Amino acid sequence: MKKKKGDKDQITLMVDDVIYTTRPNKKYNQRKPYKPANPKIITSFMPGNIPKVMVKPGQDVKEGDELCILEAMKMKNIILAPADGKIKRVNVKEGDVVAKNHALVELK
Amino acid sequence: MSIKQKTLDLKKRMQSALQGGGAKAIEKQVALGKMTARERIISLLDPNSFHEYDLFVEHAAKDFDMDKKHLPGDGVITGTGTISGFPVCIYAQDFTVAGGSLGLMHARKIGKIMDHAMSLKIPIIGINDSGGARIQEGVNSLAGYGEIFYRNTRASGVIPQISVILGPCAGGAVYSPALTDFVFVVDKISKMFITGPEVIRSVLGEEISMEELGGARVHSEVTGNAHFFSESETECFDKIKKLISYIPWNNKRKAAPFPKKAPKTRQFKIDNIIPTDPREPYDVRDVIRSISDDSEFFEVQELFAANMVVGFGRMNGQTIGFVANQPLVLAGVLDVDSSDKAARFIRYCDAFNIPLVTMVDLPGYLPGIDQEHAGVIRHGAKILYSYSEATVPKVTVILRKAYGGGYIAMCSRHLKADFVFAWPTAEIAVMGPEGAANIIFRHEIMNSPNPEETRQKKVEEYKKKFANPYVAAAHGYIDAVIEPDETRRFVLHALEISAEKSDEPPMKKHGIPPF
Repeated sequence: MKKKKGDKDQITLMVDDVIYTTRPNKKYNQRKPYKPANPKIITSFMPGNIPKVMVKPGQDVKEGDELCILEAMKMKNIILAPADGKIKRVNVKEGDVVAKNHALVELK
Repeated sequence: MSIKQKTLDLKKRMQSALQGGGAKAIEKQVALGKMTARERIISLLDPNSFHEYDLFVEHAAKDFDMDKKHLPGDGVITGTGTISGFPVCIYAQDFTVAGGSLGLMHARKIGKIMDHAMSLKIPIIGINDSGGARIQEGVNSLAGYGEIFYRNTRASGVIPQISVILGPCAGGAVYSPALTDFVFVVDKISKMFITGPEVIRSVLGEEISMEELGGARVHSEVTGNAHFFSESETECFDKIKKLISYIPWNNKRKAAPFPKKAPKTRQFKIDNIIPTDPREPYDVRDVIRSISDDSEFFEVQELFAANMVVGFGRMNGQTIGFVANQPLVLAGVLDVDSSDKAARFIRYCDAFNIPLVTMVDLPGYLPGIDQEHAGVIRHGAKILYSYSEATVPKVTVILRKAYGGGYIAMCSRHLKADFVFAWPTAEIAVMGPEGAANIIFRHEIMNSPNPEETRQKKVEEYKKKFANPYVAAAHGYIDAVIEPDETRRFVLHALEISAEKSDEPPMKKHGIPPF
């Protein structure tokens, strides 16, 4: 088969050090780059509202301390500190509505 | 009353029931670009073959003043008929009657026609166009769905089950189509989702249109929930008719034979299709067409995971399931979606006595974090499972690359292919020459005064020695190295002599495939 000149869909793909000329599919184009999780930033695991915040910036917390409540899907989820540390920033106040993966609290 | 009067009374009752939701509701349906449920059945089935049952079924709801309402046929039409002479059971939800909502009697009608299909051992076709559960009927409508899902599961692999989505199909309702063998969707008409855009917006604060969330294109290209995409209802019905011609009525039969036809070899000249450089793309469907009867190939899931091609064709009039890597898209790699797609198709063919012809040309698995995290291990395992499990005749043709795990997965001798053929262009090796040379000769390359030159030399050496079909042939892993234009002759012969193949699987209740 003749190679189509100027095929704008054409990409190259490397598998085991060999470079192949080919085309992407829709899902391949929609891939999101991987971002490693930052353990210092506590994010909302789903969208919801914040009925209560228990910590202030500068406060020391121990692993398992309650940081805030994330109410989502009719369930009040208590967000806990993943490790000991000092609160660097609190990005939510009571009554806020947050999206998924919103940084709620940051530790130093 | 005389018999004449009674007949007249029957006619009157029928006329009223056949109106469905009435002129106004029908007008609305037509304005949406949709046929009515009865028009759909009549367009799909052979002329005058439709026989309707349960026309006078009444709904059973009592609460919320429902007892004062009359819903003709309870919003679903059921019956039997033929498609090109093949018998089918069919139901179509009638959106003009209470939005096609599913209540107890509606579900019982569907259950009854499904039971017919199971005892008559003929295909069941369901046309979905429904607003969902009839809320006024409460748990009874949930019971209705559950009983349909149960029947779908019992019928799976016994009779062909076809779902046609011609309107909304939302919430729990989606799971009946999901349990069936083939799902047909039509652009701008089909909508399938668990939670709609409204809920997503209010709960998650994310905006998305119905079409982008669960339209025909999304399910055909991205989710893989749909198998056949059409631009119009008429095109969709033509595709269903075509599919019915390729598949048997039930798992005890074979697909009906058609007159033998030669491939159109002038248009699809097998020698000219593939570039010998294994890095260059081509359309593997041309290879399938160069050996199938009349060069016909009826592709399944054409738009989803296009790096794998699956579909039906015929050889000497007999239906064949073709599975092939597609170098044109993502170099034909195996990944999460292409493994799912192929595995499901292989299991369909195995369940319904359709021999499998596999064409191999792949560099291996798609590298990437997203693939690993999406579970390419568990999804990739499905293809191994379904090929190993399949007991229908299995014939494999290796066209070019067959590297590493991809070689094993694509119906190799090791997964009990009956016959494995390879073209002289085949390269059966543990990996591509570049990768292999970089590993095997790493020290030599690193310590060389001119590493790039040494690398090239080593790659060439490796290519010469291993990038061919003869190493595998020497071990007996392939049965014959054949010239490309002998492919049809070899594959046909292999299929013909495998006609009485018997391969009893070990006694078990069922396996545990990596779902």
